[in-house]
Amino acid sequence: MARVLINFPQRAKRGDIIEIKTLIQHPMETGYRLDNKGATIPREIINLFACTYNGDEVFRAELFPAISANPFIAFSTVAAESGELVFSWTDDRGQTQTETRQIIVE
Amino acid sequence: MKALLGGVLGLAAQVALAAGIAPEERRSGYDFAGPEIRAMQDDDTTNPGNLWVLQGETLWAKPVGAASRSCADCHGDSRDSMKGVAARYPALDPTLARPLDLEQRINRCRSEHQRAEPLAWESDDLLALTAFVARQSRGLPIAVSTGPELRPFAELGRELFEGREGQLNLSCSQCHDDNWGKRLAGNVIPQGHPTGYPVYRLEWQSLGSLQRRLRNCMTGVRAEPFDYGAPEAVAIELYLMERARGMSMAPPAVRP
Repeated sequence: MARVLINFPQRAKRGDIIEIKTLIQHPMETGYRLDNKGATIPREIINLFACTYNGDEVFRAELFPAISANPFIAFSTVAAESGELVFSWTDDRGQTQTETRQIIVE
Repeated sequence: MKALLGGVLGLAAQVALAAGIAPEERRSGYDFAGPEIRAMQDDDTTNPGNLWVLQGETLWAKPVGAASRSCADCHGDSRDSMKGVAARYPALDPTLARPLDLEQRINRCRSEHQRAEPLAWESDDLLALTAFVARQSRGLPIAVSTGPELRPFAELGRELFEGREGQLNLSCSQCHDDNWGKRLAGNVIPQGHPTGYPVYRLEWQSLGSLQRRLRNCMTGVRAEPFDYGAPEAVAIELYLMERARGMSMAPPAVRP
């Protein structure tokens, strides 16, 4: 599993706009580079990132080879209810890494 | 011709004047970085180096090798046992009678005490352990030993730093002592203080060691870089740490 850093306020007031920052360890190999023998290094990137908040999708991003390694994605959402935020990153091999974090809304 | 001669003389005078950087003029690479990069480094959740620190924390507690011991089995809580350690490296290894840098120390610990295979230079695992150990020295002043045993190695490091090399016939000090703050192509030339290693370089899109950085510069002046772990490379590391004595550590740093 790749290492992940996720940061957002653990407690928020109802209706507040909260910023969510995510960082995941990934080489984001573009598929355009050659190895030292001249062979193409196959593309291996995260192509989809999504975040759901109590089951509703609040953010989704498609990623392409121009995105740097260890992609950092920050976005905001409105704190509506206490519950869970689920983050998922899907790579070219079709594997998905999922992380779940709790938020308390007062 | 006159103008050219004047330029050459001017450069010679500048080189003759150069006697390192006065202590109060020393500045870390952080001070030369733009506001976005500083912000990225300062926030633990945006600093990509912390991904390796997290990995290192796991490795610290994981038993490895024929001895099936983890780092933590001997060293305990890294927050106490590793505090200030990175600020003192490269340090003398009494058995080898030469200095070892932090990466070499970790690998030596592996082969001697854990009886495990040494980790490859620039492998994620070695970078992760180094970053995790170095992280415990954040905010502490650089304090390498000045003992007489290390003197010849630091002297060698100074000679290598000041000696011209490569097809461009440049020394490290011509850029980093004499011309820091000016630009080399689009980049500001920093003073070259190793305050934040291992560092996350955006250009590398990865964490990297000080040795990788040195090899980078050597390739830049069209010189043949020292091998990873070469005694000369460690000597330069030692001299650089001595040159930056007292400056605050900030690993893992972020650089452009």
